Amino acid sequence: MTLLETEKLTRAYGGVVAVNKVSFAVEEGLITGLIGPNGAGKTTLFNNITGLDVPTRGRVLFEGKDITAAPAHKICRMGIARTFQNIRLFKDLTVVENVMIGRHFKTGKSESRGRFFNAINSYIRLREEEEQIYGRACEWLDFFDMGGMKDELAKNLPYGKQRELEIARALATDPKLLFLDEPAAGMNPQETDHLMAIIRKIRDLDITVVLIEHDMKLVMSICDTITVLNYGQKLAEGTPLEIRRNQSVIEAYLGKEE
Amino acid sequence: MGVAEFFQHLMNGLTLGGIYALIALGYTMVYGILKFINFAHGDVLMAGAFIGLFVFDWLRGSAALGVWTIIAFFLAMLVSMGLSALLGMFIERVAYKPLRQATRLAPLLSAIGVSFILSNGAAWAFGTRSRKFNYPFDNTPITIAQVVITPHQILILAVSLVMMISLRLFVNRTRMGKAMRATSLDQPTAMLMGINVNKVISMTFAIGSALAAVGGILIALDFKVYASMGTMTGLKAFVAAVVGGIGNISGAMFGGILLGILETFGVAIFGIPTGLKDTIAFGVLILILLIRPEGLFGKVEKEKV
Repeated sequence: MTLLETEKLTRAYGGVVAVNKVSFAVEEGLITGLIGPNGAGKTTLFNNITGLDVPTRGRVLFEGKDITAAPAHKICRMGIARTFQNIRLFKDLTVVENVMIGRHFKTGKSESRGRFFNAINSYIRLREEEEQIYGRACEWLDFFDMGGMKDELAKNLPYGKQRELEIARALATDPKLLFLDEPAAGMNPQETDHLMAIIRKIRDLDITVVLIEHDMKLVMSICDTITVLNYGQKLAEGTPLEIRRNQSVIEAYLGKEE
Repeated sequence: MGVAEFFQHLMNGLTLGGIYALIALGYTMVYGILKFINFAHGDVLMAGAFIGLFVFDWLRGSAALGVWTIIAFFLAMLVSMGLSALLGMFIERVAYKPLRQATRLAPLLSAIGVSFILSNGAAWAFGTRSRKFNYPFDNTPITIAQVVITPHQILILAVSLVMMISLRLFVNRTRMGKAMRATSLDQPTAMLMGINVNKVISMTFAIGSALAAVGGILIALDFKVYASMGTMTGLKAFVAAVVGGIGNISGAMFGGILLGILETFGVAIFGIPTGLKDTIAFGVLILILLIRPEGLFGKVEKEKV
């Protein structure tokens, strides 16, 4: 089943067309890779899907609903989470506090009661709520084998752990769909292996994963399907094997033989 | 200087400082979240004072001082807080929000424009003469252990204390307060964590403006209400916010009170002529910027809004 799709999504900055009529679909339960040379429009596509940027033309559909140009916090609440190419943690908060923020909007709301009741109730039950949030945040940290680091400041973590913490925080929002923007960038081989295991574990939780990545070993070994962008346009899509043999993809990466 | 005299000046300084602190909070909260100085804040204070004055006079009618006038005063304050909050949200929506992606200078200039519109608009609508805001109670000073205190001063201390404690509770203990703290740390990331940043920003302006309205009314009781009343008071509260460390709530409270005390003591002890009183605030500003530009609470405490 298609969880998310873009219909001829175009994003132009003045005369520069960063993403050009890209129709891209994400199947539920799979790990989808989004690859392409630098400047191909991968991150722009992510930004336009997650509400940080507004498409010039085209639509974004999530579970059949049109979410084009919806604000980022609404898209997050619908169940789409993401991480960034450059790490964006709350640097001066502790590890567990970072994850707790991800649960902010998840607690203390009873659908059947009014806003006023919820506000008063959450004020009275503050400590209880904080404990719940704390508990859930710790579970996610354990998932990443980071339980022992929960009171460290985020900025003091090793680089690879900072990247994983960002993923943990994104997961704390209980997403159905998780976007990872170059999760392995700057990681050493051991860290990358750990990350690959984590991404598989995330998929096993029935969370659909889309990732941008330049590390071809990672992409080829964990992605179920791959989409290739080049100069803002979709160049190819298919299984890792098909992509590896695709002549135009090879040309885009290595140049054409004269 | 005797002990009684010391406490007398301290009392005067605390009350003046309490008002500065209330107003400084608006500057600091907005800065904490949007990293920009809302120069129209002082004029929201003026608007709040006018609203308070009109509602109070209307409610009071010709009643003599008594319980009713006190009730009327607090009702007027509440109405003024509410309307000023709406005014603050409206200004943000119209003059700042469209400029959020623009260069950092643009909203600053827009704020100065709004400031001129508000103060000149008030002069045009209500005239330039100053109006007296009558005390809602008998303001005969009382003497406690040789220190002379007016009921107005007690009112200022009580009201600013209540406001500051409520604000602290709000920021530290409510969901909206937590959302504000997260937004001040990193806006786009807060958004991706499901926090409605627009609502947080609106709320920040509403709270800051409501506090400014209270400050405006409290000042007006001593110094009357007029169209340009927000300019100098606003500037000094801004100095207080910078001295305390702009963006930091505790800093703004502390900076405001410190500034009030320095002004009173400067005149009383160092014999600075009353006419030059304003130089104290700006002298302190220059000193702080030279010695500790991040403000007194700048990096020591991390809690910001």
